[in-house]
Amino acid sequence: MARRAGAPEVNAGSMADIAFLLLIFFLVTTTIETDAGLDRMLPPIEPPDQDVVIKQKNIFQVNINKNGQLLADDQLIEISDLREKAMAFLDNGGAPQGSPDYCSYCKGARDASSSDSPGKAIISLKNDRETKYSTYITVQNELVGAYNDLRDREAQRLYGKNFVDMEAEYLNPETSDETKEELKEKVKRIQDLFPQKLSEAETTTN
Amino acid sequence: MSKFAKKKDGEVPAVSTASLPDIVFMLLFFFMTVTVMKDSSLKVENVLPNANEVKKLEKKDRVIYIYVGKPTKEYERVYGTEPQIQLNDKFAKPSEVGDYILMERAKKPQELQNVLTTALKVDKNASMGLISDIKQELRKVNALKVNYTTYEGDAFRNLQ
Repeated sequence: MARRAGAPEVNAGSMADIAFLLLIFFLVTTTIETDAGLDRMLPPIEPPDQDVVIKQKNIFQVNINKNGQLLADDQLIEISDLREKAMAFLDNGGAPQGSPDYCSYCKGARDASSSDSPGKAIISLKNDRETKYSTYITVQNELVGAYNDLRDREAQRLYGKNFVDMEAEYLNPETSDETKEELKEKVKRIQDLFPQKLSEAETTTN
Repeated sequence: MSKFAKKKDGEVPAVSTASLPDIVFMLLFFFMTVTVMKDSSLKVENVLPNANEVKKLEKKDRVIYIYVGKPTKEYERVYGTEPQIQLNDKFAKPSEVGDYILMERAKKPQELQNVLTTALKVDKNASMGLISDIKQELRKVNALKVNYTTYEGDAFRNLQ
């Protein structure tokens, strides 16, 4: 074996492979930034078959006027107070013990003149045609936040986890099927404890 | 020591592949610069509001986008300064939203047609009147799942 003189040349032939590897890696991992937002369901256009009678005390009226002012249950309030108000309303559990609507997990004031149980409580949102979209989104966000806070509380109590995290994991496509199956039940149960009943009436014109 | 020592006979010199990485990198950079994530160019101002109780919008193939906002400078002369709806690449009236949704829905594979979400990308300065009209149209074609697309951030910043 003849010994070569000088430093041996570095073999650069595999550099191309490395570059390709990098190229493919970036191609695969790059995901275009996903959008995020508030999910909502619109009410179907056909009216329900029979008129449902809803007690006035089970409705939490939220009105936004064109100046972005907020009227909640006939009181002028700040948007920053809305979440608290909505939570107090949802969590009230006014039905007396022994009645079918009795809410055992509610921690609210149990005021007989407010909502009976979270299942009955409805938040009705009304807005003016000239309301700014950003105000509307803030209000929506606060209402969704009120539900999420209450659901988080129950999820913490029952499973020691936050509802929002559980739901995110459930919706994550990378979660394995068994975990999903298990989470599905839990998520469903929490959702049933505080069902999201947010009605949006048609906007008023004036 | 002669500099011009005769090479061994009978051997073809190996082709140098040292420049191959350079070529590959050049390709890589070429594609990186040329690729545009074409999504339909925006003709309206689209500064989304902030919200913090957001959910991610996974699975792009199940989403139909509707843009709303004030026309940008170049379209201001033709379309005015009032917020407009943009569907795909053109401006539209609220009454056209329903048809657009049906058309987009028809383009999707059968199994996805019932799980579509409509993403409303609305400029924060738009007024609710237009949005209500769109919502009404969506209800007419039974596209009930909507997502108000927002940036993630403190919702109270919207009010300033």
